Amino acid sequence: MADSIISARAIWKSFGELSVLKGIDLEVAEKELVFVIGPSGSGKSTLLRCLNRLEEPDSGSIRMDGTEILEKKVDINAVRRRIGMVFQSFNLYPHMSALGNVTLALRHVLGLPRDAAEARALAALERVGLADRVSHMPGQLSGGQQQRVAIARAIAMEPRVVLFDEPTSALDPELVGSVLQVMRDLRESGMTMVVVSHEMAFARAAADRVVFMADGEKLEEGPPASIFGNPRHERTQAFIRQIERH
Amino acid sequence: MDGLDGFIFSFFNLRVMVEYLPDIAAGFLLTVVLAVLVVISGLAAGLSLAVLRSFGVRPLNWLIIFTVDLFRALPSLVIIMLLFFGLPTAGISMSGFTATWLSLTLVLMSFSEEIFWAGITAVQKGQWEAARSTGLGYLGTLRLVVLPQAIRMTIPPLTNRAISITKGTALGSVVGVSEILGSAQSAMAFSSNPSPLTLGAIAYLILFVPMIGLGRWIEARFAWRR
Repeated sequence: MADSIISARAIWKSFGELSVLKGIDLEVAEKELVFVIGPSGSGKSTLLRCLNRLEEPDSGSIRMDGTEILEKKVDINAVRRRIGMVFQSFNLYPHMSALGNVTLALRHVLGLPRDAAEARALAALERVGLADRVSHMPGQLSGGQQQRVAIARAIAMEPRVVLFDEPTSALDPELVGSVLQVMRDLRESGMTMVVVSHEMAFARAAADRVVFMADGEKLEEGPPASIFGNPRHERTQAFIRQIERH
Repeated sequence: MDGLDGFIFSFFNLRVMVEYLPDIAAGFLLTVVLAVLVVISGLAAGLSLAVLRSFGVRPLNWLIIFTVDLFRALPSLVIIMLLFFGLPTAGISMSGFTATWLSLTLVLMSFSEEIFWAGITAVQKGQWEAARSTGLGYLGTLRLVVLPQAIRMTIPPLTNRAISITKGTALGSVVGVSEILGSAQSAMAFSSNPSPLTLGAIAYLILFVPMIGLGRWIEARFAWRR
């Protein structure tokens, strides 16, 4: 395996009495697409949110490009600059156009002048197929288009890795395809991605590695062919059977 | 003099009205100045307190909540009289204008802090997370993402509150401020005729009808399609 961009070790996280992550390890290598699957409540979204410290792990270590990001004195904003995130509910800024959504961080985090920020935002919006929607407000866009703007917002920052938290779960079925297509293009361009999703067909076709989680633990991981074709753990087998039935 | 003539003589006495029009006009200007100052300082102070409250420092928040509840509970007139008649005994004296401005500012600050705070907490958590995940800091997120949405949501209650507090400028008449009501009252005393009060009422309409219209315009202007 190539050098890791993200190396998470022994991540523990509980919400009150409930242990959500029980000592999880996760490695993500350069240009890798890692797919995290598992039944709901397995802790996969929490794991993803720990990677950029939207959730604060109780203990463990997360190194990004060799730097420990869980240390108190680390500049978390500088870390997050290099980790894009795409949310289930898009979370576009409703008071800004598609272009405004993408340029905000370019201008106020990277400090680019307006012209440079807009040029970069336009390129990102073009990449997700929305060059003709730049001045639309989020409310004027379909769910699929909104999610693609959110992806453009993440990739315009030129991050080292993009985290996708169930990016298609809130979409009408006919809109899922356009978002998956954008993710496939990203993958082909060499973007490193960690995806929490139930899109199993996409996982089979595009993932380099599939991680199966249940009850806050990583039960199994490997290439999609072996996880889907020949799962070893019985929880994985049950989960895959359940999914295949639909 | 029969009833109608008496009514007209008392309330629409043209001679008296013309004579005291300059006084009422001066009172009108003073009311406008006072109202504008109160709205600007009250909303600015309310927004500042709401932002401070969002930092979540417990003792500070208790202090903010106590202050805000105090000034929401006290009638504006009581605050004005405490500042104007009470403080001089403690060695601090201020003009009637200052006492009225400060009192109304404190009241508007308190109501608008609660309104801004409600707006800030009504912005979805996902908005914070999206902005923070791009590396934007807390204050940047508040300023660029959260407040613009919070303020838009709170414009209707804020304009209502601003209109109602500016009507409180009339309370200044109690501490000798010659705003509309104050100048109308002294004109009434000098002329022994209530027609200046009619002028005063007209002056209030001229001031507040456009202000209500402005409030509606702001509400429409800042609504956005979701």
